[in-house]
Parts: sequence; structure tokens; C-alpha cells
Amino acid sequence: MAAAGARWNHVWIGTETGILKGVNLQRKQAANFTATGQPRREEAVSALCWGAGGETQILVGCADRTVRHFSIEEGRFQGQRHCPGGEGTFRGLAQVDGTLITCVDSGILRVWHDNDKEASSDPLLELRVGPGVCRMRQDPAHPHVVATGGKENALKVWDLQGSEEPVFRAKNVRNDWLDLRVPIWDQDIQFLPESQKLVTCTGYHQVRVYDPASPQRRPVLEATYGEYPLTAMTLTPGGNSVIVGNTHGQLAEIDLRQGRLLGCLKGLAGSVRGLQCHPSKPLLASCGLDRVLRVHRIRNPRGLEHKVYLKSQLNCLLLSGRDNWEDEPQEPQEPKKVPPEDTETDELWASLEAAAKRRLPDLEQTQGVLQTKRRKKKRPGSTSP
Amino acid sequence: MAKAGDKSGGSGKKALKRKAATEEPQEAAVAEDGATESGVQPPKAAAFPPGFSISEIKNKQRRHLMFTRWKQQQRKEKLAAKKKLKKEREALGDKAPPKPVPKTIDNQRVYDETIVDPNDEEVAYDEATDEFASYFNRQTSPKILITTSDRPHGRTVRLCEQLSTVIPNSHVYYRRGLALKKIIPQCISRDFTDLIVINEDRKTPNGLILSHLPNGPTAHFKMSSVRLRKEIKRRGKDPTEHIPEIILNNFTTRLGHSIGRMFASLFPHNPQFIGRQVATFHNQRDYIFFRFHRYIFKSEKKVGIQELGPRFTLKLRSLQKGTFDSKYGEYEWVHKPREMDTSRRKFHL
Repeated sequence: MAAAGARWNHVWIGTETGILKGVNLQRKQAANFTATGQPRREEAVSALCWGAGGETQILVGCADRTVRHFSIEEGRFQGQRHCPGGEGTFRGLAQVDGTLITCVDSGILRVWHDNDKEASSDPLLELRVGPGVCRMRQDPAHPHVVATGGKENALKVWDLQGSEEPVFRAKNVRNDWLDLRVPIWDQDIQFLPESQKLVTCTGYHQVRVYDPASPQRRPVLEATYGEYPLTAMTLTPGGNSVIVGNTHGQLAEIDLRQGRLLGCLKGLAGSVRGLQCHPSKPLLASCGLDRVLRVHRIRNPRGLEHKVYLKSQLNCLLLSGRDNWEDEPQEPQEPKKVPPEDTETDELWASLEAAAKRRLPDLEQTQGVLQTKRRKKKRPGSTSP
Repeated sequence: MAKAGDKSGGSGKKALKRKAATEEPQEAAVAEDGATESGVQPPKAAAFPPGFSISEIKNKQRRHLMFTRWKQQQRKEKLAAKKKLKKEREALGDKAPPKPVPKTIDNQRVYDETIVDPNDEEVAYDEATDEFASYFNRQTSPKILITTSDRPHGRTVRLCEQLSTVIPNSHVYYRRGLALKKIIPQCISRDFTDLIVINEDRKTPNGLILSHLPNGPTAHFKMSSVRLRKEIKRRGKDPTEHIPEIILNNFTTRLGHSIGRMFASLFPHNPQFIGRQVATFHNQRDYIFFRFHRYIFKSEKKVGIQELGPRFTLKLRSLQKGTFDSKYGEYEWVHKPREMDTSRRKFHL
């Protein structure tokens, strides 16, 4: 049951109590998955990322420095890997080509060989990024390129296949009008698609755009929002704006072409910990310390779509990027269902089948619809997949 | 005139009505009189323009008269209906249907999905391992530091003194313009478990910051209706040194649970029943009422109480994760009036 349901979850959320929650917004159900069956605060999820092979596996980075593999098909945790080195929790998790990239708070970035056996505990590559890292993000277009940033740790872009020096090292802005050094606190980083640019949001409520292709190492664009530290950021579909969230639960959409505020989203009551936009649909999932997952619609009209109360504090989320949210095809169960038919149901649907046969391409879909209706009757005696 | 007589009879014995009644014959609008009469009595046949209401009369005194007359009529009808209902109930006796429960804002409260189910394991685990776990596991006992905003006036100082008699193991210190962020590490090193800061504005205390110390949440409240001991009528003698019992009423939601636990962790675990003192934090409609009483059981079921101690009302403004850091701290819950106060029947605690 849980396994079958796990496949159709739209949002995966990691919590402070170590539970991985899968939420299906169509059926409005949330399921809890734990590695050991009991929630444990030592396993608090601090980073989530998709595993290899599309969206079938999730890598869960926990507070006890282990990365666990969760298989969506099977709906359970499959293996784990201990990633020692450095201090603090995971600030970034990524996977490329069968290797795992982890970055911890104290600035140790390591690339591990991602095999299920915990035998080899030596990293393939280790980089020292600088203390106080708040985020490490992988470029979706170039999986070997990662960016790191943190508190008093300027933005650096690293090429893991290249040298040990960063490819791009950002410079701090000029001193402010009192000639005081402007402090640095990069909280979240995103790579802009179709260019080399990066966007960061800072704890001093600034949103900055950097362009490694230009000779300028300082930010190309800077915009500010609100008075509270910005904690999470995501790109909107279209790539021209970002949505940021701060510690007061305020969400704002900021245009990157002009650096101005496009609009705000209401509803959150606590600090925003995770934000993600769907790659094609205008939907935004947000989670935070107020223990509620909210899905907003970002344009026409801007507003709240779904709200789900999940009982623990939510740390990070992954939004499934697939397009067919509404469909719940029963294809794997159909061939099994067709043989054990009752004659009564046969007679019942015979009249409908006659109508369906007229349009051959649609036959399968109607069969599917009929099968779902039949499935409800069949459940007590049905063969489980 | 029959009409005038009828009106003066219908309007009652007020002098105003007499004056209005004398003005009536001077009015020429017969149709109007007829229409208002139709408004007073059950609707006549449509001889007069329908949809006419008392508010369309332009003359203020006449309009007022018509309205008072209508109001009296309504009151009479209501009384008659009540009497009738009462008679029917008496006539039916035991078979009478149960009295309908009146609607109040409290029982019309919108369903809050965050209300904690006592059997919920996830929430139970969350609470068992939160920042107050060490208090509830009896590993630490509370030690409170009470202070105020800078340069407090008399009321605030007296409130702090009285609070320190109510909360056992608490110490009052004068805030010599010190920054809270500098006080907090010093408190932690001296084993304090909680910090209470009473904020003052225009010589009255109006805010309370309660910060659980090692790394616990910080709650910021608005404080109102503060009554010091001498302002409480019929109060008992000053509280003794006995550890009071605690009553936490009506903290149902998850946020309410967190705040309730915060208040509970201010008091030591082992109440001394000899002292017969009890501190109550009663939550109703998101306002938390603090009272301190001494009780005495006169018999099995009858209790007498004496109010001692200060009394005040709190309203939660924000709950911040971590110790006091209003600028860079992460908030677990912030009260946003324009978003959260849209419904009169929705409460968060």
C-alpha cells in the first residue's frame, strides 16, 4: 500500500525528527517514511536531493553525517553511507555519474564513490571551501560544477573536474556610505539557466546576481527585500525572477531583469526553510518551521492552492518535476486484473465495452477507467502487486 | 382623530410621543401614515408602495418615533414568543426537546488541524525530544532571571518583585542598559534556565519576553490588564514560599502546547500542597490570563479561593526558535494581524 502510494507523491519533505514525508496533493495524503521505523532526532534531515535515474531515488542527508538512499519505487530506505570529515551538518548534497558530493558546515567538500557498500570510506576528492558554509548547490546544466557560499564565506564556484582552485571567486561589494565593510552571509545560491550567472540571497536581506562571464567579480545586480534574513530561494519557470523567503515567513517574487519586487505570497507563519518551484507549472512548494507544507500558484491568479499540516518542523523539500500530476495510471495492475473477471461484472460492462470498441485508440483509457471502478470492488480479494 | 389616538395609544406613554403625536395632524402625508402603519402591522394588501422602510422617512423626529414604535413592537413579540415557548415546554414536561445551545464564538471555533491528538506518536516524540525535554525528564530544575527594559518605573519594578514571589527560585536584577545578547551567555554560564524580560512603555509594563535558556525558544507576548497586589480587591495575604501548583487551561493546538510547556517549565516539579497555592494560565481566544490564588477545601466539593499575587493578560506575538535574537533569529510562529485575524472564529493557541 505504502509502496504503491510512494510513487505518486508530489512532494518529498525532510523533517527535524528524521522522518521523510511523501505528500500526494491529489489524494491529499501524507505518508511517513523512516529508516528505523521510529523517528529519531539524530537523523534530522538536513539535505535532500534526487538520486540517479530520474526521480526514482532520493538521497537523504541526516544530521548524524549519514546519507541514506530512499527508493521511491519500493517505498523504503535501501542503504546508507556514512560520510565523515569536518564538523556540522550537511549543507549541500548532490550526485553526479555515480558519485556523491557532500559539503558540511565547516567547509569540507567531499566527493564519494556512491556504492551501496560502506566499505570504501575514502573520498575521491576533498576540497576546503572555507568555514561557515550555508549552502552548496550543483549546477543542473553542468553537474561537475558546484557553488558554495556562507557566513563570511564569499560565493565560490568550483569545477570538480578541474583544479583545486575555484573557477569563480566573488568579491565583496564596495564599502557602504559610512565606509564600513558590508558583511557577507550567502544563505542560498541558484544557477540561472542558459547562462553562467548565479543568484544568491543573503542573511542581510539582499538578492545578488553574479556573472562569472563578465570581468566584474562584484555582483552585477543587487536587490533588497524586507528586514529579515532571507533563508531560501528558488527560480521561477521562465527564469526571469526568483522567489525568496525570509525568517518571518514572507515570500516575495523578485524580478532579476530590473531588480524589483513583483509580488508577495501570503500564508506562512514561520521561517521558510525550503522552497521549490515546478519546472513548467506555475506552482511553488514551501515548507518551514510552522510545520505546514504550502503549495502556492505564482501567477494568474497568485494564491494558495494546497496546505498540508505535517506535524514536525520541516527542513527541506523536493518537488517532483513531472508533468502528469493528475493521472494515476494503473498500468502495472491492469494485466493482472483482466484475467480474474467475474461473469457478473462482464455482463455489466459488456454494454459499455461495445460503445468503447468503436474508438480503438481510446480503448485502453476507457479500460483503465473501468478498471479503476472495478478496482474498488476488487480490493479485498485482489492480488497485491 | 382616530388615527392620532391610535398612534398615541400604540406609542406608549413617553412625552416625546405626545409631542410627535401633536405634530402628526399637521403632516399632510396620509399615504405615508398609511404606509408606516402597514410597516407596523402585518403587511396589508399592496395599497401602499411595497419595499418602504422606516429609514426612508426624511423627518428625523418622525423617523425616530416610527423606529421606537417598531422596536417596542419587536420586543413585545419576542417576549410573547418566549412566554409561549416556555409554556409549551412546561406543558410537555419531560418530553420537551432539549434546549438549543446558544452559539458563542468559542463553540463556533473553526476546526484547526493543528489541534494535538493525545494519541499521536509523532507529536509525542516531537515533544519528548524538544528543548524542554530536560525539564520534563527531571534533569534540570528551573532558575529564573527576571529583569525589565532599561530604566523601569515604579509599576514595573513592583511587578517584577511580585512575580519573583510567585515564581520560586527566581531572581530580579536591575537592567543597567545591558544588551540581552550579552546577558544571555552570562546567564547560561550561571545555570539559569529561563529569562523573563518585562518591557515597559510610558510607565506601565506592556510586554513580556520569555526565553528558555540553553538554546530554547523565545516567546514574545503583549501584556495588558496588569494589576498589582494592592489593586486587587478582596485579596488574601501575601504568598508564602511554598512551591505553587500550576494549571494550564485550553492549550490545544501544537503552538499552544509549546507555549504551555514553556510556562510549565518555569515552575519546579514538586508542588507543595501544604501551601495551597496555585498559578493558573488560562487560554481563551488566544489571550492567556495569569492568576495566582490560594485555595481551601471547605468540603469535598466546595472550594474557597483567595486571589493573591499579580494578575495580567498575555497575547502571543511571536515564538522564535533559539535564544533572543529578534533580527537574525528564525521564527517558528509570527503573529500577522492582516493575514491571521481575518476570521473572528479562528484562534491559533
